[in-house]
Amino acid sequence: MDKQHFGQHSSSQFNEELESIRDHMMEMGGLVEQQVGEALEALLTADSQRAERVLEQEKRVDELEITIDEECARVLALRQPAASDLRMIIAVTKAVSDLERIGDESSKIATMAITLAREGESPHGYMEVRHIGNQVRHMLRQTLDAFVRFDADKAVDIAEEDNAVDMEYRSAMRSLVTFMMEDPRSISSILNIIWSLRSLERVGDHTSNIGEQLIFMVKGKDVRHISVAEMQRELKDPE
Amino acid sequence: MDTALQYNQAARRASADADSENPMLEERAYPEETIGEPLVDNPKMSIRNVDVFYDRDQAINNVSLDIGRNEVVALIGPSGCGKTTFLRALNRMNDIIDTCRIRGELRLDDEDIYGSAMDVVELRARVGMVFQKPNPFPKSIYENVAYGPRLHGMAEKRHELDDVVESSLRKAGLWDEVKDRLQQSGTGLSGGQQQRLCIARSIAVNPEVVLMDEPCSALDPIATVKIEELIAELSQSYTIVIVTHSMQQAARVSHRTAYFHLGHLIEMNETNKIFTAPDHRLTEDYITGRFG
Repeated sequence: MDKQHFGQHSSSQFNEELESIRDHMMEMGGLVEQQVGEALEALLTADSQRAERVLEQEKRVDELEITIDEECARVLALRQPAASDLRMIIAVTKAVSDLERIGDESSKIATMAITLAREGESPHGYMEVRHIGNQVRHMLRQTLDAFVRFDADKAVDIAEEDNAVDMEYRSAMRSLVTFMMEDPRSISSILNIIWSLRSLERVGDHTSNIGEQLIFMVKGKDVRHISVAEMQRELKDPE
Repeated sequence: MDTALQYNQAARRASADADSENPMLEERAYPEETIGEPLVDNPKMSIRNVDVFYDRDQAINNVSLDIGRNEVVALIGPSGCGKTTFLRALNRMNDIIDTCRIRGELRLDDEDIYGSAMDVVELRARVGMVFQKPNPFPKSIYENVAYGPRLHGMAEKRHELDDVVESSLRKAGLWDEVKDRLQQSGTGLSGGQQQRLCIARSIAVNPEVVLMDEPCSALDPIATVKIEELIAELSQSYTIVIVTHSMQQAARVSHRTAYFHLGHLIEMNETNKIFTAPDHRLTEDYITGRFG
């Protein structure tokens, strides 16, 4: 299946329905990506107004989730899609709930930003937040881009990137725990940073789930719960 | 909102690029060999390199496939793809068409279907057929079912015949509905009942294979469900080949599905595979409704 595949049904209405699902999903993806970026900036610059805007945007993301789910249910009921159409609907429904969770994680980060702005900044951890934050933003952008282009190979890179994020997260955790032991007064503010890092790490996981759905949609192969190397083998295998 | 807009624009650009290149044209070419797994071990029927012609027009082009024992095989494809022609070749129904010629090898349990040793009447008892429109004889329900066994000398005595009629009607899921009016005309039944009567008639002669040519196309959804249930039950004792225009039906009733396209067998695979991730572009296009 490829990007050109859309818009070729004998039923033009069906084309439009699928097109609309895809448009809404991309709108949602765009919003969520923006949310992650804004939440991160809000945290790094202790800008609580910016953080408030992230929380505000959450409503639109939730609305879009419902709209897309309704559209998918409608297509399933009325069109009985098969093969690539069916896979697209399944992949989108699952990807959309991951997107919504990414939105939730951004809101958590925004809440941490507000707390930190109010109660004083953490002495440590901002470098790690910036670093991991940039990594997951990059992952998310690549994933959404690949979703638009039906680029399943890209999804493998994304899974690899997620492994890197997990490693960074663990090492950041270790150093922050050390700081907390050295200076117990910093515990409450560093905890806010740790929770934000945890949220970013979760964003990475959700993003890599979306990548797996992308592979299912394009190649019809279920690559959940397997290693990156196995994933590469699956994609190479012609059968 | 900017990023959302960007993605949508990127999506549009991507499809516009693809339109101008149109890289898929080549993929739509017929595969040299049927894709998937058309052959099985120890088949009930085996078909090798079969061509069917009407005068000079070739309706079936080098088709090879197996039909497994107690398997339900669905033949799907757009109108004029040759699926009915192929089905009718399986019990020599095409013999009655003068201009029709067949080349290749068709075997039923290793016996040559078109060989000189094959008795056509016996063949059609072993390979029964149910047609698109229910076509009961204008006789009683009882006679409709008893006709075949009597013709083939399978039941001599009255009580033997009674047994065959009852068991066939039971297998066809019709017995409870008609047991009190066996002497009434078969044509007085509803469409769905008539079709089940035709199924009872074809299984009364104890066939090995039942061919069904769009058996539900003239029926309402409830009657359709009944026939589909029946197909699942019958597959315990018979091998079934069904031609259907309803892809949902093929998906529901069959074990394997064969996709025909303009006389070529493009792909044959497990039904589940065909309907979730088919291997050939033509199959994909057909089952997702992309033919215009």
